[in-house]
Amino acid sequence: MPTLLRLATAGSVDDGKSTLVGRLLHDTKSVLADQLAAVERVSRDRGLTAADLALLTDGLRAEREQGITIDVAYRYFATAERSFILADCPGHVQYTRNTVTGSSTADVVVLLVDARKGVAEQTRRHLAVTALLRVPHVVVAVNKIDLVDDAEAVFAQVSRDVREVAGQLGIADAHAVPVSALLGDNIVEPSANTPWYAGPSLLGLLETLSPSAEADEEPFRFTVQLAIRPQGAARDPRHVDYRGYAGQVTSGVVATGTPVVALPSGQRTTVVGIDLGEAELAEAAAGRSVTLRLADEVDLSRGDTLVAADDVPSLTQDLTGVLCWLGDTYLRPGARVLVKHRSRTVPAIVRAIDGRLDLDTLRTEPSDRLSLNDIGKVVLRTASPLPIEDYARSRAGGAFLVIDPADGNTVAAGMAGTP
Amino acid sequence: MSAPVTARPAVDDTVTHDEHVLNQLDALESEAILIIREVVGELERPVLLFSGGKDSVVMLHLAAKAFWPAPIPFPVLHVDTGHNFPEVLDYRDATVERLGLRLEVASVQDWIDDGRLRDRPDGTRNPLQTLPLLDAITSHRFDAVFGGGRRDEEKARAKERVVSLRDEFGQWDPRTQRPELWNLYNPRHAPGQHVRVFPISNWTELDVWRYIEREAIDLPGLYYSHERDVFERDGMWLAVGPHSRPRDGEDVRTRTVRYRTVGDMSCTGAVLSEARTVADVVVEVAASTLTERGATRADDRMSEAAMEDRKKEGYF
Repeated sequence: MPTLLRLATAGSVDDGKSTLVGRLLHDTKSVLADQLAAVERVSRDRGLTAADLALLTDGLRAEREQGITIDVAYRYFATAERSFILADCPGHVQYTRNTVTGSSTADVVVLLVDARKGVAEQTRRHLAVTALLRVPHVVVAVNKIDLVDDAEAVFAQVSRDVREVAGQLGIADAHAVPVSALLGDNIVEPSANTPWYAGPSLLGLLETLSPSAEADEEPFRFTVQLAIRPQGAARDPRHVDYRGYAGQVTSGVVATGTPVVALPSGQRTTVVGIDLGEAELAEAAAGRSVTLRLADEVDLSRGDTLVAADDVPSLTQDLTGVLCWLGDTYLRPGARVLVKHRSRTVPAIVRAIDGRLDLDTLRTEPSDRLSLNDIGKVVLRTASPLPIEDYARSRAGGAFLVIDPADGNTVAAGMAGTP
Repeated sequence: MSAPVTARPAVDDTVTHDEHVLNQLDALESEAILIIREVVGELERPVLLFSGGKDSVVMLHLAAKAFWPAPIPFPVLHVDTGHNFPEVLDYRDATVERLGLRLEVASVQDWIDDGRLRDRPDGTRNPLQTLPLLDAITSHRFDAVFGGGRRDEEKARAKERVVSLRDEFGQWDPRTQRPELWNLYNPRHAPGQHVRVFPISNWTELDVWRYIEREAIDLPGLYYSHERDVFERDGMWLAVGPHSRPRDGEDVRTRTVRYRTVGDMSCTGAVLSEARTVADVVVEVAASTLTERGATRADDRMSEAAMEDRKKEGYF
């Protein structure tokens, strides 16, 4: 069975991102005849001599009418080894909001750089957001490599620049591939047009990157979504006394016999059974939704967390972290918000805003408020204690939403700890 | 560009990876179950749209797994066009009975009979489902509606959130969608609003079929190859039935066909197929050169933005 890899694309205006995405879809044979026919028809209508692959990612009529891309679109393609979910993030309107959204679930960010322009301010900003969100891998596609003289030297320069910025930002795994999205060079197959490049094609590289494997090496954590106690409603009378905890393993691996601690109660017990429907599993790794049975009756319900007994995070009501503010209104100290961490949503007060990150200089500048697309350091006080962990150590343990209690909208992506 | 469109690569089951990296179907299943449980945990009156179509059958299977051994904690809703394949209705009723579910039916026919809706000149009733659906949501005070929509189906669906906020008119506004971050889903809404929830957003048609095969899920028989009296219209094979009759010049023939989608019988086309088993269908879908909707849905061919327009009006 193939594995799943989640990608997000990012880039600036006119860097050829739509063409690249169209090329990936087309060259992996993920575009079917009726879709291709539609693209060829529209290309002809617009007076083009060849089909414009960028049209494969053409979105809503509302977008075509306004000539903009409103929102993240999801695309799917596959090879024998891998299935890919691609979050296609628009580059110009609200790039922070879109890049944050796309990066939050991504194993890999594919960042486009125009070979003629090199690493631009926008590239640095995208890399900074990627670093902040702790996306495990970054691949820089150096596009339009066919349009520069001395492509080898240009590619070497861009690669050096990317490596330098990635190093400054603490991005552990950064790659660069010279491509021509228009001609298909180094997208699926290594190209004869770049004999000086010995590395893999973009797709070849994407097939080998590990999908968030790091989460397995972290200590065991399990978000409890629901207690399952059928009692008299059980479809089978053998299950009237069944008691299990439904949720997802967010990191580590759990097996029958694993000693665990329930939070916030702090009670210790042992996992005695792992159920998935009628099947019983011997173990469950990060990403798996299961129902756990425990040796003892402990105080545990929706919103709680089960953790490895030998690595118990501390509970806190004082939450320091970074917010990517995505709301239309300002955030100020004293504001009352809701915080959703794992499956628990609690009221919180903004105690302080300790400055705003300048993505160009990567320095924090003084500010006591955050507006749309700002990234800032905040201190929150939550109404009840949360087992919140440093986002740098654990994406699932440190990620949280900020929700506007008035209308229920998600207004910020939060990451606990200092970046 | 004239590159031939050929079969997508076959799946190689011998490829092994790190033992703790979930395979693709396990990852998609776990994501869907997480979403279903989260919405049940946060909201009070969910409902699942169930037509007997394969995507809604997979949804029901996932829901049964999510809460086992407790029963599925919500009813199912069928928005009935009145233009049904009889075997699909039989399948619907048998499944509801087997799982002990409560079935609510919102009937397009009732709305036509009492004059609240009128049949369209082209006879298709798929677009007429919107008002009975919204009425059922309001009258039952459903706050979350689970659907089997997938993002690979169509370009408007490709942009919709997994948890999609709808206003009191059921409208989808692509410009005011909430950011959907990590796997922290937020189904909160104001009174009068509700959310549409698409737990299998990230599945492709091939994923659905491979999951049906792996989990040995029973489907209505018309998904598999059978002989049927059909006639050709707009490049599609339509079944001869009470709601779809051939016009002058449309010859009725017996053909070996199966259905890739199941909807209003008057506008859902069959495809010529010899795929008699689920394994045959997986092979056929993997090699298909047409999208599911392109091959079988007359209503989606009406315009490039047909689905976008219907979604904005409150459609699925």
